[in-house]
Amino acid sequence: MTVTDERPHHALEEGFDATIAADQRIEPRDWMPEAYRKTLIRQIAQHAHSEIIGMQPEGNWILRAPSLRRKAILLAKVQDEAGHGMYLYAAAETLGVDREELTEKLIESKQKYSSIFNYPTLTYADIGVIGWLVDGAAICNQVPLCRCSYGPYARAMIRICKEESFHQRQGFELLLAMVNGTDAQREMVQESVNRWWWPSLMMFGPPDDDSPNSAQSMAWGIKRHTNDELRQRFVDMSVPQAAALGVTLPDPDLVWNDERQAHDYGEPDWAEFKAVIAGSGPANAQRIAHRRRAHENGAWVREAAQAFADKQQAADKHAGATA
Amino acid sequence: MNAHHTDVEEHDATNAYQSLSETTDHDDPRWAFGTGIVEEAGAEITSSVPDGVDPGDLAAYCLMLGDDALIYSHRLSEWVSHAPELEEEVALANTALDLLGQARVLLARAGHVEGRDRDEDALAYLRPDAEFRNVGLAELSDDLDFARCIARLLVFSSWRLAVLHRLQGSADPVLAAVAGKGVKEITYHRDYAARWTLRLGDGTAESHRRMQAAIDAVWPYIGELFRTSDEERRLVEAGVAIDPADTREEVDAVLDQVLEKATLTRPERPFIGTIGGRSGRQGVHTEHLGHALAEMQSLARRHPGATW
Repeated sequence: MTVTDERPHHALEEGFDATIAADQRIEPRDWMPEAYRKTLIRQIAQHAHSEIIGMQPEGNWILRAPSLRRKAILLAKVQDEAGHGMYLYAAAETLGVDREELTEKLIESKQKYSSIFNYPTLTYADIGVIGWLVDGAAICNQVPLCRCSYGPYARAMIRICKEESFHQRQGFELLLAMVNGTDAQREMVQESVNRWWWPSLMMFGPPDDDSPNSAQSMAWGIKRHTNDELRQRFVDMSVPQAAALGVTLPDPDLVWNDERQAHDYGEPDWAEFKAVIAGSGPANAQRIAHRRRAHENGAWVREAAQAFADKQQAADKHAGATA
Repeated sequence: MNAHHTDVEEHDATNAYQSLSETTDHDDPRWAFGTGIVEEAGAEITSSVPDGVDPGDLAAYCLMLGDDALIYSHRLSEWVSHAPELEEEVALANTALDLLGQARVLLARAGHVEGRDRDEDALAYLRPDAEFRNVGLAELSDDLDFARCIARLLVFSSWRLAVLHRLQGSADPVLAAVAGKGVKEITYHRDYAARWTLRLGDGTAESHRRMQAAIDAVWPYIGELFRTSDEERRLVEAGVAIDPADTREEVDAVLDQVLEKATLTRPERPFIGTIGGRSGRQGVHTEHLGHALAEMQSLARRHPGATW
């Protein structure tokens, strides 16, 4: 919020528009329209919250991981998600908000996180499917954000996308091991794909004709492709991968369309999508209660750290004054 | 200005996704995640047993050090998504990963040396409670009390650092290698725990009270750390193991120094005793281990013979 530019408003706005038009980056000290700032805060915070809430469904299996190698992979992955949350909150902080304030908004349900994490992880195959489909969908959504017009967000996304792509490969590799395993493991994979396929398609957001914020975000260079474009890309990439795994995607309308050079696919259940966003997914209440409990249980720790830092600072000052 | 660079990033990441099904062979060595420690440590799991050493003793000793790391790593990972701050999420998960890495090499070494065709997973997932050789301190739950987490980490890492430091000269190449790498990792864990002990001990009145209660709670489990088992006694003579009793003075000095600086009081509490002279090293545990194993082993045991 260190706007020191004294130029008149219309000149500032022209400068901003020119930067966007030239596909250059807006940096924290540049002037930006208030609505652009708000949109970014909302989007980056939502993204950061998604990383943190996303630790829960995966963390659900760390203590039961079926081999030590899988346990190490899962633990490292969930640790990366905490790291992503940290960079993203830091990117949001360049826009004049702080992590504590954003966390409060999350646990008071005033800001959202990706609805996919309101689904439960019921078997270990879900760990693989989250890697393959959920991280896969996230990558389709996030890779274009590496070119987002806001510099700190774009830079955070470059690092995050590299790690996400590794997670996705690990998830796929777990599924490959499972489909090459016992009948029970193969069934577990198919059952998991059946549950996660449609929610994964919903991760791209509502259809383009029902996506109120998209146009402005595209104009500002925050968003680069429409929801339906990204969803189509995801479907087209996933089909051969499902074939490689020998699993069936649970969509009877899924078929290659030679004319479009793309797959036709069925309509996700948008009523379920809206219901989950509105709070009635299978795990919404659980996820928020869990995050709230962790945050509240940690309050005395954060207070102690602050009190200790204040004492140290006072002692240093005292030492400085008497030196 | 960066447009060019990020186009390349976008291309690469999308490509990596697209080519998943074409390039990923599930026994590709790139996927041997987490076993790099062996190569990094510069020792072969299959190295021969040092001359004059009983393989049964060496296997038991690898299990003692390996089970300490495995079970404590498991307990630390209970913190995932429950830590008081994101920095602590990252630090605690990292500590759990370091210990898991140590455990995997030590269990693999134990499995090789005992010669019963058990790999790290057979040892971790298929042994009953009484075959685990870890100390009681490793098997407690923190019950999501951050002060307990820090108190146990301070004690455990001070002790393990003293052990691994001396073990770097072990006649067993795998133990020496694990110790060499482990010293660097555990030095960081101890430093982390010591810094938090200061903050909590000398933070607010509430944090001081909680930190003191936590130190009091873990204190009874310290005595066992310095008890020497028969296997250790024999391996000390062969230059393979170190005598844990020799680490007592160093550990005490570290704890005294940290507690004093943190304005905490060294507890005057009795240590937990043995049953007929037996405790964790002999497979006699606290009530806590059974619960940890019930959870840890549940999925692996439900699918006998499956590979993951």
